[in-house]
Amino acid sequence: MSWSPSEPMVSIKDVHKSFGDLKVLNGVSLDVMKGDVICIIGPSGSGKSTLIRCVNALNDIQQGSILVEGQEVNDLHLNKLELRKKVGMVFQQYNLFPHKTALQNVMMAPVRVLKHDKVEAEATARALLKKVRLEGKEAAFPGELSGGQQQRVAIARSLAMQPDVMLFDEVTAALDPETVGEVLQTIKDLAEDGMTCILVTHEMGFAREIADHVYFTDRGVIVEHGPPETFFKDAKDPRTREFLSQIL
Amino acid sequence: MEFFFDWFRVLYDETGINLPFLYDSYDRNRMVNGFLTTIWLSLVCLFFSVIIGVIGAWLQGSSFKWTRRIVNGYIQIFRNTPPLVQLYFFYFAIGTLLPKVENDWGGQSPLLGSFAWAAISLSFFAGAFNVEIFRSGIEAVPKSTVEAAEALGFSKLMIYRDITLPLAFRVVLPALNNNLVNLVKTTTLAYAIAVPEMLYEANQIWSDNVNVTEMMIFLLLAYFALVGVLVSGMNRWERAMKIPGYG
Ligand SMILES: Nc1ncnc2c1ncn2[C@@H]1O[C@H](COP(=O)(O)OP(=O)(O)O)[C@@H](O)[C@H]1O
Ligand SMILES: [Mg+2]
Repeated sequence: MSWSPSEPMVSIKDVHKSFGDLKVLNGVSLDVMKGDVICIIGPSGSGKSTLIRCVNALNDIQQGSILVEGQEVNDLHLNKLELRKKVGMVFQQYNLFPHKTALQNVMMAPVRVLKHDKVEAEATARALLKKVRLEGKEAAFPGELSGGQQQRVAIARSLAMQPDVMLFDEVTAALDPETVGEVLQTIKDLAEDGMTCILVTHEMGFAREIADHVYFTDRGVIVEHGPPETFFKDAKDPRTREFLSQIL
Repeated sequence: MEFFFDWFRVLYDETGINLPFLYDSYDRNRMVNGFLTTIWLSLVCLFFSVIIGVIGAWLQGSSFKWTRRIVNGYIQIFRNTPPLVQLYFFYFAIGTLLPKVENDWGGQSPLLGSFAWAAISLSFFAGAFNVEIFRSGIEAVPKSTVEAAEALGFSKLMIYRDITLPLAFRVVLPALNNNLVNLVKTTTLAYAIAVPEMLYEANQIWSDNVNVTEMMIFLLLAYFALVGVLVSGMNRWERAMKIPGYG
């Protein structure tokens, strides 16, 4: 459990995962250092969501090891609360609590889970909403916000738990094109502040701009990876080339 | 007020329409007590049946097979048997098994009186339906919303209390409304074990005054008004619970 920042913040080793007979992850390994931003790309159904959902134990794994700041996730006696304090997650469909206002959405976990003082939690929540450029929307319910605004509330809600690493699962895939930019900007701000980020994305331009490292997955394995400069210019594997040619 | 009451005595003398619970203070007391007993019994049962529904639906989501089986058994028994038989079962079968206690006059009284048994029996009866109603609402809450809460570190109980239940509640209010209306109507069964509720007191009055027709009309209107108040209250609540921009 003793972890030092010189070691990977997230260390995924030979992870195997199936749903029934369907093998979804076939021995995936990757390391993420503190402050790193990594992007995972790949065709739909290749196991990207499953992989990052394993990192915060929304999915369990059958084989392999996932260490988050030294805490083993593949453990029957896993302290999920400890893990989830360290790992924040943002989903494609935002998944805000529809019966709570933007402010309440952001405040709720710190107050309920961390037992923070309500007044302090509210001040923090307001600051976070400001940070994601949603000042003035505190009292709005999710149903009254655009997709891009909802997604930024979802990011603020995750940040309110002060995680050390953030997981983003295709967070712009469900958005109208005109609101994609504002969400990407929010993530970019975060990355520049030094947040460790694991992103699944189809936004190649964005990946190239912000990623320290890009991983291409297909059928449950990492086919190829590298820093964006080389990865996007001279991909070696034909599958990677084909995917990139389709999407770019 | 006296003038108002006396008018009904005149009405009786002139037309034969006999409403003693208006002009006669003794019958009036009986009717008022009956009315209040019905309201109190309804409120107690409404409260406990909703509590049973909330807890039952939670237990139905348990990972222990036997917990789920017991809850399902409870639902089956109370849904598939007549509420009057349930009431008799509680009052006569279980009631007589319980120890007696000494009362204020030095005699022996049952531990629980007829009102308590009616409240217990009817709460379990309506509660069985409420469990199923809440269950259906819980199933309507998107799994992804629950996952988001899990990812934020919420415990199962917190998710149920803060996310699932409030969302399910809004979905099931019409069905709940229906069941609670039924419950209020079913409180008349308490008559059968001599709980002095409205029907019972009306029966007392018509036995003394031989005015069955008048009392029946009155009862019909009284329950119509009572349920009307409940329904309009529930509708108002339903509107108040509406979330802007949702469903
Ligand atoms: N809960 C689940 N139960 C069964 N199969 C699942 C489940 N979640 C994902 N899968 C399957 O696993 C495969 C990988 O899914 P996913 O990780 O969502 O892919 P990606 O995010 O790369 O599109 C898909 O074939 C999908 O149908
Ligand atoms: Mg996916």
